[in-house]
Amino acid sequence: MMSTAPCRGMSGSKRKMTNSRKTVTGFLFLACLLLAGNLLADAAKTYRIGLTAVILTDQTSFLKEWQDYLSDRLQHPVQFVQRQTYQEVTELLLSGDLDAAWTCGYPYVRHRDQLKLLGVPLFNGAPLYRSYLIVPATDTSTRAITDLKRKVFAYSDPDSNSGFLYPQVSLIREGIEPRHFFSKSFFTWAHRDVVKAVADGVAQGGAVDGYVWETLSRHEPALTAGTRLVSQSPLFGFPPLVVRKDIPPQHFYALKNALLKMSSDTEGRRLLQRLNLDGFSEGEDALFDGVAESVRILDGIE
Amino acid sequence: MKIGDISYRLKVPLMFTLVILITASVVTLALTWRAYEELREEVFNNAVEIGSVLSNSLPNTMLHDDLWGAYRLVQAAEGWSGETSSRLLVVLDRDGRIYVSNSPKELAVTTPLRVHGAELARVEAEVLRLTGNLNPRPYEYPNDRRLYVILPMLSDGVAIGTLVIGYDRALFWPRFADIVERVVLSALLVTVLLLPLGWYLGNRMVKPLGHLARCMSKVGRGSTEEIVCDLRQGKDEIGQLGISFQQMLRELDEKERLESGMLASERLAAVGRLAAGVAHEINNPLGGMLNALNTFRRYSETDELGRETFDLIERGLQQIRETVSALLVEANPRSHSLSPKDINDVRMLLLADVSRKQISLVWHNRLNAEIALPSTPIRQVLINLSLNAVQASPDGGAVHCSVDSQQGLLRICVINDGPTISRERLLSLFEPFSENATGNGLGLWVTYQLVHQLEGNIEVKSRDGKTQFAVELPIKEPQ
Repeated sequence: MMSTAPCRGMSGSKRKMTNSRKTVTGFLFLACLLLAGNLLADAAKTYRIGLTAVILTDQTSFLKEWQDYLSDRLQHPVQFVQRQTYQEVTELLLSGDLDAAWTCGYPYVRHRDQLKLLGVPLFNGAPLYRSYLIVPATDTSTRAITDLKRKVFAYSDPDSNSGFLYPQVSLIREGIEPRHFFSKSFFTWAHRDVVKAVADGVAQGGAVDGYVWETLSRHEPALTAGTRLVSQSPLFGFPPLVVRKDIPPQHFYALKNALLKMSSDTEGRRLLQRLNLDGFSEGEDALFDGVAESVRILDGIE
Repeated sequence: MKIGDISYRLKVPLMFTLVILITASVVTLALTWRAYEELREEVFNNAVEIGSVLSNSLPNTMLHDDLWGAYRLVQAAEGWSGETSSRLLVVLDRDGRIYVSNSPKELAVTTPLRVHGAELARVEAEVLRLTGNLNPRPYEYPNDRRLYVILPMLSDGVAIGTLVIGYDRALFWPRFADIVERVVLSALLVTVLLLPLGWYLGNRMVKPLGHLARCMSKVGRGSTEEIVCDLRQGKDEIGQLGISFQQMLRELDEKERLESGMLASERLAAVGRLAAGVAHEINNPLGGMLNALNTFRRYSETDELGRETFDLIERGLQQIRETVSALLVEANPRSHSLSPKDINDVRMLLLADVSRKQISLVWHNRLNAEIALPSTPIRQVLINLSLNAVQASPDGGAVHCSVDSQQGLLRICVINDGPTISRERLLSLFEPFSENATGNGLGLWVTYQLVHQLEGNIEVKSRDGKTQFAVELPIKEPQ
């Protein structure tokens, strides 16, 4: 809903122009001033985009190529900013230090009043993904998360839907208080490290972004081979790229354009292939209703 | 087989090998011990180094309960050296439970260390026993798989956990194997080099002993003169043995010579007494018979046959008397004193035979004055010996005669190069009518009797194609 709002706003203003020429000329003048000021400001504009561990952020060479690609398309420098936790990236975005961030549905839902969607990646043709419950490959008996009582459990990030929110909520739904269910739980701060923690045997179970696990199984099959997929969550909206609501429209559109058009040129497709994604869609707010439902359940308990 | 039965030729090299083996074992032991000590120290230093590197970050992760952070630190610490699989890193919390380890599959997070076998249970007990001790300390238990170093993890001087680093003892084996290999190779090399030396020394030691043993086995089986024992003479034990053996041989030789000489002279004395007695007993009736025969022939008339018969009897009786008187040797003391001319006369007598056989005669007459010895028996002795020598010599041979007087002794020496006289013959050489004698076999008997009556002695040596007769006669000062 939110994503379509700017388009409607544009068509609305066109109608107003036909209604009153005076207003139109005044508006045009104002717009020209604004445009000129913006153009002056834009001359030195650098797009700062925050990245979180929703993707495999340890591919520095790939990120450099993608950064260069976006800089080329936007005709402005693009800088990726990485932080250890989702929370830090979210805070940077909210405080205005970042123009956009690729974060999880969970922080987006939490800060929906200040944020809007920039684009939602398409994974296997749809802007959707799942949370996976994994155990070490040597464990052949576990059938569900409830079998992991008094075991050591690995979460990815407290602000991750797939790596924290979903497993917590699924326990709550079973009537289990998550905090005392496991003998010990810890955060690895990255989905990839959840897979490694489980494969190495540090944890006897873990919750991981299904997209990351699938991508890893292509890039590092040895790592995922050490784990066994126990269960998959229902579909959730894929971790989106979000911006503050107060972002200048031309920046918003420029960024959005650059992302959405990635699948239509060769270099963009090559980069998307590296990301194991099909492209970016505009996305709809309703995609994250499932996450919002989980948040309500978690908050209800707390 | 007893050790005593083995030849020194083998024993000496074997002893060399044994000494090398013992030395090699001792050296291996010492080096291995040293390597073990060094490695223990190295392991401890390595552990302390890891501990000091982790001392800032690891307690921090534990304080913040950042298990994943702690695991990554432990993994990074493990990755320093290549021998990752042999090193065990375990972080224990204050209750001795595993906070994290570098092999979480075996040593699961949150389990107490003691449930992972007796060895780790002892380590946990050791960790808990000395919780107040904040210094790193090694822990070792016999036959354990690993050596441990216990490092308390401090935060502001308070122990909030313990890092235990275990080093596989198997890590030591390559070093031990390396040492053993080196020592064995060196020992083999030395053995290979020293074995021939040992063989040589053994041989050198045994050779004279074996030679001596062979020589000694010959003693008593034949003439000691035939035993040629060429032992090294020197001041060491074997040299002294050689000297002693030679001396023993000489003494045995002397003894044998004395014994056989005594035996011969006793027998000759007995034969002499018998001969004299028989001759005397024969001479008395023989004289009577000859007298009676003479008287009968002078005063009786006999026919031709009777006369021939009496002549025959008389010739026979005369022959008996000559033979008997030849046996009954008597040096005539009344003959004149020996002069140089007497000796030269003998030479003149020989010349005919010498020139006939083309013998080279060497004649040394060193007498230059008369000597107070009767000339007749001495001339007889010299004639007998020198004629024998000329007869014994082959054609073209050499005969050597010398006569001189020294220190109250007259020495006569006659040497010929005729065939060697056998040992058996030498024993009965001077006996009358001896089997192998040429002529009537009385020449040497007479010589012997004459020498004895003059209180001298005669010796014969026959060896290596040379036969020597040596006569010594004491010169009596005229009273």
